[in-house]
Amino acid sequence: MADTSQALARTLRAFVQMLPILLGMLLLTSLILAWLPRTQLLALFGRHASLDVLLGAVVGSVAMGHPLAGYILGGELLAGGVSLIAVTALIVSWVTVGVVQFPAEALLLGRRFALTRNLLCFLFAIAIAYLTVGMMRLLG
Amino acid sequence: MQGKRKFGGWLFLAGVILAHGATALVEPDLARRALASFVAMLREVAPVLVLVFVLMFLAERFLTPARTRAWLGRGSGLRGWLLAVVAGVISTGPVYTWYALLAELRDKGMRTALVAVLLYARAIKLPLLPLLAHYFGLRYMLVLSLLIAGFSILNGLLMERLLRQPEAE
Repeated sequence: MADTSQALARTLRAFVQMLPILLGMLLLTSLILAWLPRTQLLALFGRHASLDVLLGAVVGSVAMGHPLAGYILGGELLAGGVSLIAVTALIVSWVTVGVVQFPAEALLLGRRFALTRNLLCFLFAIAIAYLTVGMMRLLG
Repeated sequence: MQGKRKFGGWLFLAGVILAHGATALVEPDLARRALASFVAMLREVAPVLVLVFVLMFLAERFLTPARTRAWLGRGSGLRGWLLAVVAGVISTGPVYTWYALLAELRDKGMRTALVAVLLYARAIKLPLLPLLAHYFGLRYMLVLSLLIAGFSILNGLLMERLLRQPEAE
């Protein structure tokens, strides 16, 4: 019983420590979404195929919100003529890289961890994009 | 690290509140929209927070450092990697709600590589796979999901290698 109450107290302490980071993340996300509506992102694409891939990964990295929003934006881009590689880079970086979440990740898991992980995930998003489309072609 | 976690969070929150305040002065309508969006997101996140609290409590109560090391530490082997991938795939809610639990597990002995694997495997969203297939096709969904699962392992291996302390080498 004493173990349980001690564990509960420790959990509450850790949870309260997490709350300002979480509330800050929600406030920051809502502010950025208000400043940068999704429709404005569409206008950025379509200039050059290779540049679109990089742009897809960058937009996905700074984007936030439900992954479904990434699928919908990806679908719109694809319908608008943007390559599947660029769209895949956007979808993957959307769910693996977190530029906006970086402060929270750095505070709780360490700056070096957060920086290395996000850089790796950014590169992986581009690699996965090329591999996915390459494998799709191979499979016919 | 503990000090950083304790005060850094409040400083971060204060900075974001200041940014909201500045926005309210310059663009009151935009600030109102942002605040409404914040309330909607908070409602969405609240149930996940309850789940995170319960998991944090269970980890605190029942996961001893020795047990954590056995399941998710260096000696956990293939079971540890699989556990991290599966936990990542089935975890729900925004990623930042899971940082505190992962930090706690890492303090108890969870391998850094497996923290990275779990965070990466979260990219596979089980409930959303039908939608991904709907937008881009079943084959695309399968290929992408398999690649993400494979890259989650690669991510873990590379993270551990890159973050290794010089004295540990």
